[in-house]
Amino acid sequence: METSFAITGKDYIIVAADTTAARSIVKMKTDDDKIKVVSPHLLMSYSGEPGDTIQFSEFVERNLRLFHIRNNYSLRPSAAASWIRRSLAQSLRSRKPYSVNLMLSGYDVTTDTPHLFWIDYLGTMTEVPFGAHGYGSYFALSLLDRYHNPEATLEEGIETLKRCIDEVAKRLIVSPGKYIVKVVDKDGTRVIEI
Amino acid sequence: MIVSKIRQCVHIAAISNRHNNLTVVEKLGRTTIFSPEGKHFEYAMEAISHAGTVLGVLAKDGVVLAAEKKVTGKLLDLSGAKEGGYGGSGEKIFLLNSNVIGGVAGLTADANSLINYARSAAQQHLLAYNEDIPVELLAQRLCDMKQSYTQYGGLRPFGASLLYAGYDQQYQFQLYHSDPSGNYSGWKATCIGANNGTAQSLLKQEYKDDIEVKAAISLVLKTMSKTMDSTTLGSEKLEFAVITLDPETKLPKAKIYRPDEIDELLQAEGLGKKEEDDAMKS
Repeated sequence: METSFAITGKDYIIVAADTTAARSIVKMKTDDDKIKVVSPHLLMSYSGEPGDTIQFSEFVERNLRLFHIRNNYSLRPSAAASWIRRSLAQSLRSRKPYSVNLMLSGYDVTTDTPHLFWIDYLGTMTEVPFGAHGYGSYFALSLLDRYHNPEATLEEGIETLKRCIDEVAKRLIVSPGKYIVKVVDKDGTRVIEI
Repeated sequence: MIVSKIRQCVHIAAISNRHNNLTVVEKLGRTTIFSPEGKHFEYAMEAISHAGTVLGVLAKDGVVLAAEKKVTGKLLDLSGAKEGGYGGSGEKIFLLNSNVIGGVAGLTADANSLINYARSAAQQHLLAYNEDIPVELLAQRLCDMKQSYTQYGGLRPFGASLLYAGYDQQYQFQLYHSDPSGNYSGWKATCIGANNGTAQSLLKQEYKDDIEVKAAISLVLKTMSKTMDSTTLGSEKLEFAVITLDPETKLPKAKIYRPDEIDELLQAEGLGKKEEDDAMKS
């Protein structure tokens, strides 16, 4: 079942999402990347209705790019998150709303701080030190509550992430097999192996 | 009945005209065709060059704005203006958003409409992005609108120039100027309105790149006192505003001075009315 985590650290955010694409009871794919790089210092991990997720994340990516081309600077994470939340809230009140849950992780280069926003398909948004979506969140949130350290180094952050992944693997009946992990910091975004 | 018949005929004629003759647009919108002299902007710029001076200076840690109010006559009742308007604003300096102050020169009614537009554009940005609008973006919003009046049907352009003094995260403190054609530019120090040439050459001599707000205030008042018609400065002729960063919250703090605060400031700078002046009069 779809699961994603995000953890802020001292000057970075780690984002992890499972890589399974499922339809009904069938696993269709096990290398699906559900963390989109929407701008140089912004990662968006998404889950929800297949199709909606792709459509909406590309819509966000293109709009952020358009903003950059028009104004010659990128939206800061908090501004981008507000815009995305608003788009979802508007969509919710339309004939066919996007059914997408997401977490937006960004590094604000103007203030040199990492920011994580938890957003769901109803247009709920909150800034959090760590977050999770999907069935994995039922296990991971309590763990993160106990072990999260906002001053942690990247290595320590990865350790905490591994705890979450292991716990979900141990307790969830249909746990995902593989995860993709990305990091955003002052140098931009990158994929890391764990 | 006859009238409506005639109207119908005219209507049909207009439609057929559009089909036969492609120059119909030119006939309707005389104002929008290029004339060799560019007369419309001459008129608009003319209106501005007679308006009260507005002066802005960009400092390292803030921006200072001052404006000259033209007192139109002895009989004008100014008793209501004693307190100043919202946040101390009067007729030339306005708060456009919590991070931007605007100074206007030109037709007051046109300027009021622009200010209304600017405030609403700033709030729209706040609604969409939950952050204060960047200063250049606000200037762009207004200029896009001003430009449209140079191109579309039968309307005259705005007869007003604006100075924007503001702060944003990306580019810190900034000072912009926009004119009726929709051009805008960023400045370290600039001046619009009457005597702007004199003021600008004074600023060019006196401006230093690493100037601080305190020195900028003195520079603005000094330049203002030299370019204004009257010999002594006073709150009845002067509007004044400063935007700085609040030392505690690190957020931009716009301060538009109230008349009594302006007089106090002038006294401190040694530019205000002397005590003996009043004594001589009585």
